[in-house]
Amino acid sequence: MATTLEPTTPVETPVAPASTPVLRRPTNTKGFWGWITTVDHKRIGVLYGVTAFTFFLFGGIEAMLIRLQLARPNGTFLSADLYNQLFTMHGTTMIFLVVMPISAAFFNYFAPIMIGARDVAFPRLNAFSYWTFLFGALLINSSFFLGGAPNGGWFGYAPNTSITFSPGHNIDFWVFGLQILGIASTVGAVNFIVTILNLRAPGMELFRMPVFVWMTLVASFLLLFAMPIITVALFLLMFDRNFGANFFNPGAGGDPVLWQHLFWLFGHPEVYILILPAMGIVSEILPVFARKPLFGYRVVVFSGIAIGFMGWGVWVHHMFAVGLGPWAVSAFSVATMFIAVPTGVKIFNWLATCWRGSMRLATPALFCLGFIAMFTIGGLSGVTHAVSPHDRQQTDTYYIVAHFHYVLFGGALFGIMAGIYYWWPKIFGYMLNEKLGKWHFWLWLIGFNVTFGPFHLLGLEGMPRRIYTYDKGLGLDFWNLVATIGVFIIAASILVFLYNVAHSYRFRTAAGPDPWDGRTLEWTIPSPVPAYNFAEQPEVHELDDFWHRKYGEDAEGRMVKLAPPVTEGSLNLHATDVHLPSPSYFPMVASFGLPVMAYGMIYHTYAVVAAGALILIGALYAWGLEPSTAPHVEHHEVAATEEPAAISAGEASAEQGATE
Amino acid sequence: MTVQAMEHDVHDTRHEGHPPTNTGVSNEKMAMWAFLGSECLLFGALISTYLLYRGHSVVGPYPKDVYDIPFTSVSSFVLLMSSLTMVLALSAIQRRDERRLRVWLLATALLGSTFIAGQIYEFTSFVHHGLTIHTNLFGSTFFVMTGFHGVHVTLGIVMLLTLWGMSMRGQLPPEKAETVEIAGLYWHFVDIVWIVIFTVVYLIK
Amino acid sequence: MKRRLLPLVVALGLLLGACGRNVQPQNVLDPRAPIARRLDSLWNPVFSIAVVIFVLVEFLVVFVAIRYRRRGDDDQPKQIHGSTKLEFGWTLAPALILAFVGFFTVLNVGKLDAIPKGNDVMRVNVTGHQWWWEFEYPKLGVTTANELHLPIGERVDVRLTSADVIHSFWPPKLAGKLDVIPGRVNHMEIDLRKNVQPGYYWGQCAEYCGLSHANMRLRIVVHSADGWARWQAGQTKAPNLDLAADSSAGSGKDLFRTKGCGGCHTINGYTAGKVGPNLTHFMSRKVFAGAIFPNNAEELKAWLRNPPKQKPMMPDNGMGMPNLNLAENEITDLISFLQTLK
Repeated sequence: MATTLEPTTPVETPVAPASTPVLRRPTNTKGFWGWITTVDHKRIGVLYGVTAFTFFLFGGIEAMLIRLQLARPNGTFLSADLYNQLFTMHGTTMIFLVVMPISAAFFNYFAPIMIGARDVAFPRLNAFSYWTFLFGALLINSSFFLGGAPNGGWFGYAPNTSITFSPGHNIDFWVFGLQILGIASTVGAVNFIVTILNLRAPGMELFRMPVFVWMTLVASFLLLFAMPIITVALFLLMFDRNFGANFFNPGAGGDPVLWQHLFWLFGHPEVYILILPAMGIVSEILPVFARKPLFGYRVVVFSGIAIGFMGWGVWVHHMFAVGLGPWAVSAFSVATMFIAVPTGVKIFNWLATCWRGSMRLATPALFCLGFIAMFTIGGLSGVTHAVSPHDRQQTDTYYIVAHFHYVLFGGALFGIMAGIYYWWPKIFGYMLNEKLGKWHFWLWLIGFNVTFGPFHLLGLEGMPRRIYTYDKGLGLDFWNLVATIGVFIIAASILVFLYNVAHSYRFRTAAGPDPWDGRTLEWTIPSPVPAYNFAEQPEVHELDDFWHRKYGEDAEGRMVKLAPPVTEGSLNLHATDVHLPSPSYFPMVASFGLPVMAYGMIYHTYAVVAAGALILIGALYAWGLEPSTAPHVEHHEVAATEEPAAISAGEASAEQGATE
Repeated sequence: MTVQAMEHDVHDTRHEGHPPTNTGVSNEKMAMWAFLGSECLLFGALISTYLLYRGHSVVGPYPKDVYDIPFTSVSSFVLLMSSLTMVLALSAIQRRDERRLRVWLLATALLGSTFIAGQIYEFTSFVHHGLTIHTNLFGSTFFVMTGFHGVHVTLGIVMLLTLWGMSMRGQLPPEKAETVEIAGLYWHFVDIVWIVIFTVVYLIK
Repeated sequence: MKRRLLPLVVALGLLLGACGRNVQPQNVLDPRAPIARRLDSLWNPVFSIAVVIFVLVEFLVVFVAIRYRRRGDDDQPKQIHGSTKLEFGWTLAPALILAFVGFFTVLNVGKLDAIPKGNDVMRVNVTGHQWWWEFEYPKLGVTTANELHLPIGERVDVRLTSADVIHSFWPPKLAGKLDVIPGRVNHMEIDLRKNVQPGYYWGQCAEYCGLSHANMRLRIVVHSADGWARWQAGQTKAPNLDLAADSSAGSGKDLFRTKGCGGCHTINGYTAGKVGPNLTHFMSRKVFAGAIFPNNAEELKAWLRNPPKQKPMMPDNGMGMPNLNLAENEITDLISFLQTLK
């Protein structure tokens, strides 16, 4: 009935597509081609997640090599050149190929479900984002086999990245790879903004949206406005390197500091793009495990929005040593300090959520508490950087490296890990083992602190960043060795996680739709989620709607279990009216044109650029001309393809409700 | 063609009586607004770069050596007029007048092409004056910014011609007036950006 | 809980505060000159505030995890949705603390960023190169490299610019860091008028500047009045180039020109290369090659055999010293010559 309100999933196909019948949409949703042609936001989410996790292992190996080189003074494990490639790629990988896409994986999988939608606004554009991301990532990493990886740092300061000082192709891979990744992010951001603003289920008002959805929205806006700025910076650099322009050439009057302004005007909002989704995840998980609503939902949302706005006004704190004069430095010092206020508010609100709660310390909750504990350290060291006079000592030392690892590892990655443990049963239908999860958490927490804690000391003791070697006379040996030992503890924790995945899969039992006693809509539907998400359009009446279907409050405000509803609407799996967007080849084909163009540009082979452009344009036209559906797919087929076994498992455990 | 592509994913949402989306704005239109928001920052960064580098070139030719203000004013006027014809195209399809729609679409594309031809002529004449992208900072900033804008106009022309072709084949019925409206949003945006660029580059001394 | 955490924090503080300051020549918490002390002045109060908040938050995290642990499935906590009063409180309190910190920060910034001016200010021009430092004393007409010599009792305007990419000049114990940017001149003040001891201070380039960034180090020699007079006298006198033609040093002198050394290095009165360090008084420096090697015959020998092997450089792209493929006897002669440049 209500499906007519669902834009992406029409009940009936009103117009038979008038366009060329030559183009047919694929129908197979299984196997290899099913994944290649998928436009299902959940599958795309899984693709993002798996790809990003693979790059996480890559980036981790890069980090281990870096730490092995620095374990002792005057290390000879790596050459200077390789070290420079590795630290550049470690940063680029962890930011652009790990934290951003893992966040995108969660956006993809859960943002539509949490607002009660059946897909994103533009399913094929969504697939296009993923493939573009993948090809961009592969392009950058292919440089390792094509003469050397980028070696100018993830920040690529001009004029070190100019053709004069970086004559190889290393930097070109970085320039074109990041531009392609920028396209993926911008398209994804547009898609999520439209999805969240337009496709909410009836009753899902903005201030009934889960905080994670809010943070997705804020991060998407940040992406939308930050990505074009780095695109311009990279564009100018591309013209400098490939066509002899003078943008960052001091000899022609160009100013390398312009690069820094453009880069950090992107780069600081980027920090919040990385951390806000994790904050959203923590805001979802803590209430579930504390059995209490999020303390001050609106304040948490508003502080997220405030961070999003203030993130635009602090970029110069990356440049306190540039010599921009007392006015700029003072203004940006103060602005930077005040961005700690909304961040602090979130921390206290999370703690207040746990206060007097009924804390169940399962693995997701542990990672969330770890987030609060570690992110606080990163936040506090951040305030010490904002004291700009002292930052003239701190900047470009390991003290800064410590700070942003406490924010991005202690923050973003802890939040992401919490999300992985929390949502795993929803995505794959079985739980991850709790005992192994706790081993993972404690090794992770200890390894993290053993590695990055000493960085604070090393920085204050005078160890600059981005150095492949240091002198014995600096007295930095001890803590460097400790940090290198720490990285192996982190590696061990990741092995435990991988083992956990395999072990839990082997001994899997159906998790049921609601294993954690959840609060939000994704827990109302079977695990794994059927292709159509909701058999019937959900209707939302409150914040944490699902919780309020299960629990009420007594006179004293204590939670009281309600009698389970007679028919849980969304567990009615005999949906026949659902019509899903058909798979398509063209998002992938169109994305494939981009790296082809990039290789052509890098090697100055313009025929290849033209070929890539033709692939892109041809695929976009085919995309436009292909019919909106595969004609012979009948409406009820969707329901029929569901495996009955999964359904009964889902129904069975649904009745057990909140029990473990 | 992206507009058209978006069209397919959601083309059957516009049933009478049902608000298609929470906001009442269609997905495609909102996506275009969001995209244009992103584009603002893109052009903003390019224009800022131009402004920051104004007068920083260490060798000529300088702007005063190469500008032909009357010529550029005429071509700017042509581009502005194309916004008018774009409005007429939209109004035609909203009045279900498909013949006029095609006339105005074609007229818009033609005016756009005239502007691009003017830009090509201008670039060529600058090169003859000895100004290229690597001559000096002025050359770098000028060519990259206006060239980038020119590419946007060109994509707009392709979009307009695609719409024209669709209409010729009966694939752009009046029910799809919004597709024309969305293409129009893009076209007007590109025009407005040109007004800013024209002011910043040619008029401000 | 508190009892368990406090000693930890105290220990951390002690480590930060005390740990091996004397054996860590770049420790920033051990400022030895007025400017560095000013940079440092807000550290202790801000760090202390941070420690208090750290202890509070970590205590709360552990406290809620233990005190409010779920005892059973019938745990049915009170549903608290928020508290405007509390939230207002924990918005305002940090804002006030930060306003306080911000106020003193701005005061401090204002005192720091003035360009030292006046007749009593000594000027040194510093040029960053990949991967070494050039120091020019305009009043003395002296150019040297990697070791910056300064007299006690002076206020110094260090004017920073770069010949290639961005570097950052960082003598931690004397002043903070300031970027060295091509096309710009930055002014760093080093105040040696009081509260500073003569000595040998360490520093290094702090902005990633390409392949051998790690090898772009820096020494600053702060001289007593006597020491300064001696150094100045040594630097301003012409080198003795009157060497016996048949001596090892004499043939080294010829090799210096024939092998092309002079194309890059200046020796006053002999060659005028501008690419590499000025070697006029080479032996007066304790270190060479970006201050990474002690200046002795052994290290020089290894260096001359193959410089890019000793220190990663890219001579093919014009960055750093190439391997000149010198024979052993040529190396010996060149070193004999260099050792005359006192």
